[in-house]
Amino acid sequence: MLHKLKKLTIIFAVIMVSNASVGQNIDDYFSDSDYFSASESALSVSGELIVQVRQFIDPALRDSQSRTNASVSFEPEFYYEAAESNDRFTFKPFMRWDDSDDERTHADIRELNWHHVADTWEIKTGVSSVFWGVTETVHLVNVINQIDGVENLDEEDLLGQPMINLTLVKNWGNLDVFILPGFRERTFASRDGRPGSNSLISVDQAIYQSSAKQHRTDLALRWSRSVDIWDIGVAYFHGTSREPRFSDQITYGKTSTQVNAYGEVELIPIYDVIDQLSVDLQATYDAWLFKLEAITRSGQDERFSAAAAGFEYTLFDLAMSGIDVGIVSEYLYDERDIKATDDDLSLAVRLAFNDVYSTELLAGVARDLNNKSQYFFVEASRRIGDSFKLALEVRGVSNVDKADPLMVLSGDNFAQLELGYYF
Amino acid sequence: MKVYLLFNISKLNISKAALSLFAAATLCFSIVSVAAAQTPEERGLEIALEADKRDTGFVDNRAQMVMVLRDKRGTERARKMRTSALERSDDGDWSMTIFDQPADVKGTALLTYSHGLEPDDQWLYLPALKRVKRISSRNKSGPFMGSEFAFEDMSSFEVEKYKYKFERQEACGELTCLVSEWIPQYDNSGYSRTIIWHDTAEYRMQKIDFYGRRGKLLKTLVPENYQLYNERFWRPLKLEMTNHKNGKSTVLLFKDYEFAVGLTERDFDQTALKSAK
Repeated sequence: MLHKLKKLTIIFAVIMVSNASVGQNIDDYFSDSDYFSASESALSVSGELIVQVRQFIDPALRDSQSRTNASVSFEPEFYYEAAESNDRFTFKPFMRWDDSDDERTHADIRELNWHHVADTWEIKTGVSSVFWGVTETVHLVNVINQIDGVENLDEEDLLGQPMINLTLVKNWGNLDVFILPGFRERTFASRDGRPGSNSLISVDQAIYQSSAKQHRTDLALRWSRSVDIWDIGVAYFHGTSREPRFSDQITYGKTSTQVNAYGEVELIPIYDVIDQLSVDLQATYDAWLFKLEAITRSGQDERFSAAAAGFEYTLFDLAMSGIDVGIVSEYLYDERDIKATDDDLSLAVRLAFNDVYSTELLAGVARDLNNKSQYFFVEASRRIGDSFKLALEVRGVSNVDKADPLMVLSGDNFAQLELGYYF
Repeated sequence: MKVYLLFNISKLNISKAALSLFAAATLCFSIVSVAAAQTPEERGLEIALEADKRDTGFVDNRAQMVMVLRDKRGTERARKMRTSALERSDDGDWSMTIFDQPADVKGTALLTYSHGLEPDDQWLYLPALKRVKRISSRNKSGPFMGSEFAFEDMSSFEVEKYKYKFERQEACGELTCLVSEWIPQYDNSGYSRTIIWHDTAEYRMQKIDFYGRRGKLLKTLVPENYQLYNERFWRPLKLEMTNHKNGKSTVLLFKDYEFAVGLTERDFDQTALKSAK
């Protein structure tokens, strides 16, 4: 473990030295043409290489898990646009190597698409990802892409989704039509990985409602518009749920649990075909952002609804210090008992120092209003030089009620340090 | 403060109709005032309107920009971005800024619809999440990208955003300058007043002194290397902002300025923001 870390440190030291020369003459800044001009064809290559170390607070539950975990990820992006053309091509693969979890050692194509832009419409064909929504704590309405669950607990890393996305740009708003051929299964930590020690999920089996299994073609529609202080989106999704369900009953004629080689019971993810209608809304008024996301979904047992609503308020340039202090609070509701965010209130503070290093800090907690179980997080980052960034995260749970779904994460609180090289 | 607008590379305004009425009224005033002496306030407004008029009708433009942040010890950090703007006849201009460096923010883009004294509409695109986020445009006095430029220094010029007062005429280098005091009328400004030097030849800003809320000289901006585009529009290719309080400075350098390149509303919508590269 330690010798691996040393090796990584050496790699980074070499990159840092080779990158340390900063031009002193102002006239030099324009001499390198490393960014593209609209009038020229250009292939641009960018990306990030990130070394990550996680330190878990408590000892591991199983021998094969570790308390300190090292990991490296690499995500280059190749982008091509011909001179004054309306066609763009993007290829963005992703790779991670993980010290202890074979499931977290994985690769994915985040993007591989052709994007054609016309006057009143656009079409994107290939693998891509989509973000819908406005709230910070949960992303209820964001249904197009599968979550790359092994990446982090914040559910913001997404697997590439094959799609044909037609966008109509009209004076009554934008209409997006999605045809989604093929389904990606959510990634989960193996029994060697953390966090998530308290739930063993089968990584080699899944139960589908659709007889086409992962080859079903799903559909989605979204209308969105910005008027005055309002940004609104209404979406409909029909297809295989990205969010799996777990059960101990026989489902679609199959046993939904299995016993692994260690004699432990593993849950098999169940992917039902769902219909989901959603709305997302933001009002931006002065230093306030008011947000709402709401969904209603049928197809996974009984129809249910879920919502998140809250605000973000920012004190800009506090006492002429240049520092912004933001407060984010959201109420999270989910009709399902199996969700951790069923009746919770979140409160977070965001500090943006607006300095040369773009130093930022976000810290918060989400608390269940009934059983007082808590999920907390700290995210801090700071640029080093021009090409590096150091990021610290702390995530964990506390005061967890035995019956709360947060139990899955108990015993796996961790601090994470990342050093990223960006190019 | 049209010359150094970042988000709106140029000026934009209240409705053109209102503007020309305003200008006409001022003109009438100035003819009348040949006899009855013009007040310093009237003269100050007249200068601002004349400078503004000379920048109306640019249609659209785009440019590449480097921002060099220099600390007290002279250490420099470069930030690169591309900006474009679309002139709007009935409201403030629209603009797009795409960040190229530092590499960790590459692909981040900012879309602004200016509205004069009303709050601007702003959307930020975060490429890592592929997320478009509507943000508050209330921040005026805070630093832009860790630089010595405040957000209000980068925003669009609007006649009604200031109260004007002509101070004096004096030599500035080889030119003659009209010196006026501008007092911000919008909320949350970090300045009690600014002193602006316009040259009499082309009404280009030659220097601006910014005074803090307590009245002390805070920063000085010097635009240099003015170039003429499309035989009408003067733009400085270098702007240096010096902060007298902390000893830091920021230099903005422009390259490849282009005017009337045929940009449309479609280049300034949220769909374009998402695919800005």
